[in-house]
Amino acid sequence: MSTNNDYLSIEKKARRNYLIRNIITYTLLGIWALVVLFPFYWMLLTSVKSYGSYNAEYVPKFFTLSPTLQNYVDAFTQVPLARYFGNTLIFALITTAAMLVVIVLAAFAFARLDFKGRNPLFSLFLSLMMIPNELVIITNFVTITNLGLRNTFTGLILPSITSVFYIYLLKENFEQIPEELYKAAKVDGTSDFKYLMKVMIPICQPTIVTIAILKIIECWNSYVWPRLITDNEKYFLVSNGIQAIRENGFGRENIPAMMAAVVVISVPLIILFLIFHKKIMAGVSRGGTKG
Amino acid sequence: MKKIKPWLYLAPAILFLGFFMVYPLIDVFIYSFEEGYNSASQTFRGIGLYNYMYVLRDPYFIQALKNTFILVIITVPLSTGIALLIALGLNSIPKLKDLFQTIFFLPYVTNTLAVGLVFMILFKKTAYSEGLVNMLITGLGGSAIDFMDGPYWAKMFVLCFYTVWIVLPFKILILTSALASVDENLYKAAKIDGTSRFRIFTRITIPMISPMIFYLIITGFIGAFKAYSDAVALFGTDLNAAGMNTIVGYIYDMLYGNGGGYPSYASSAALILFAVVLTITCINLTISNSGKD
Repeated sequence: MSTNNDYLSIEKKARRNYLIRNIITYTLLGIWALVVLFPFYWMLLTSVKSYGSYNAEYVPKFFTLSPTLQNYVDAFTQVPLARYFGNTLIFALITTAAMLVVIVLAAFAFARLDFKGRNPLFSLFLSLMMIPNELVIITNFVTITNLGLRNTFTGLILPSITSVFYIYLLKENFEQIPEELYKAAKVDGTSDFKYLMKVMIPICQPTIVTIAILKIIECWNSYVWPRLITDNEKYFLVSNGIQAIRENGFGRENIPAMMAAVVVISVPLIILFLIFHKKIMAGVSRGGTKG
Repeated sequence: MKKIKPWLYLAPAILFLGFFMVYPLIDVFIYSFEEGYNSASQTFRGIGLYNYMYVLRDPYFIQALKNTFILVIITVPLSTGIALLIALGLNSIPKLKDLFQTIFFLPYVTNTLAVGLVFMILFKKTAYSEGLVNMLITGLGGSAIDFMDGPYWAKMFVLCFYTVWIVLPFKILILTSALASVDENLYKAAKIDGTSRFRIFTRITIPMISPMIFYLIITGFIGAFKAYSDAVALFGTDLNAAGMNTIVGYIYDMLYGNGGGYPSYASSAALILFAVVLTITCINLTISNSGKD
């Protein structure tokens, strides 16, 4: 009888411990979720406070009873936010599209075509992954300047068209397609290019989409190269744009309007993330790094 | 025809990599040894180590070096540790794991420059408002601090905080998937033996995920040494004036901007940075290899 009681009390204790542990874990995770989400809430909140009411708050308020969209109007009319936005969109789409062409062709050659020096060349490609951007950006800056390509889309786009890492990722994926398929297509007289377009790309579409999304995110957030290569506002991307807005945007320190611009810049990526978060997280955990 | 076809497929990649990676890599060494290089006339005085001497004696570079080292030493262990705690928490909860994981990943996809402005506003103290963080500090009985224009440690605190906020998503993601891939049977066996939770953690969990922890520490060091846009986001483009410049910031300032036009100094600084990162990475690799024996 008493052993039975002991058993029950042990089980009760274990359940209580489990419960307490869970409560603590959820609380701590909740606190960090709050730290992550709060800046987003704050920028949204500030962006709908009117200029007057924001500046009248000596103690910042956590909510507003009279939201206004005036700041968004200001952000689009008083500073060239729409232009920064459009520039970034053009830059991200063209760069991503051009990069996809280059890496698909290269990955196909490494995965399926037989030629002399394939493996040494691929090792050479891989070793290029270790080169930090800071080392090569100096010469690239001088090159683009000498070519007279500063303040052009060509100059912005050219250096970021290739990525060794994505060639590697795609090659691995291409190699998973059974070689028999390729041989069968060869017997049928299908050309390499047709095989690539009709078989390999459709099969590997999930990976290609993931790469495209990661590249768009990278382009949207790129700051250093655009800053070096553009000094004409007409070619600013959003990162440089927001910096310009901060330094001499609205003629006075208009924080609510600045926050409206920040919201406009952040929203496309957040939408992209909400739609594709599984793909993005899977892609990043396969070896992506920030920027 | 059959022989040149593979090269046609590879041609774009080889051309771009050759022109924008291999050639610049060689060129940066040449620049760094050309003394008195003039970018307008593209002439130089002589060959030597003057550029390195200049950079190493430049007080701005010393300041940038100091800032970067402090940032690295604080943020790399801190962010890896917090990420490990969060990943352990995520793996132990019965529900809502996906939701929390998605929320925690959000900073990864945001524009560093844009969200940095939000942090600036949260910490900033102005004539008409003390800002939210100071409100909390005074509410808890402290006195308000000017985080953005005030004492050095306060600015460094904001920079470290923002850096950790930015780099955590990647680390949490990697560690969560590493923890999830540990063989369940190991835990079950340990439970049957009545092993304590702490012992399970130090004897099973840590050894099983240690390769990933080392991977994160190594990439963390490399990433933190290249810190730049986080600092710009918080303190504006003139980082020297704020005393918050980083090594990468120094390189870009030398190349272009107010004090710019010196690709030689920029190259020397970039190679010094590269040497530092390479040394640290080698030390890390040696430690992680000796841990395996």
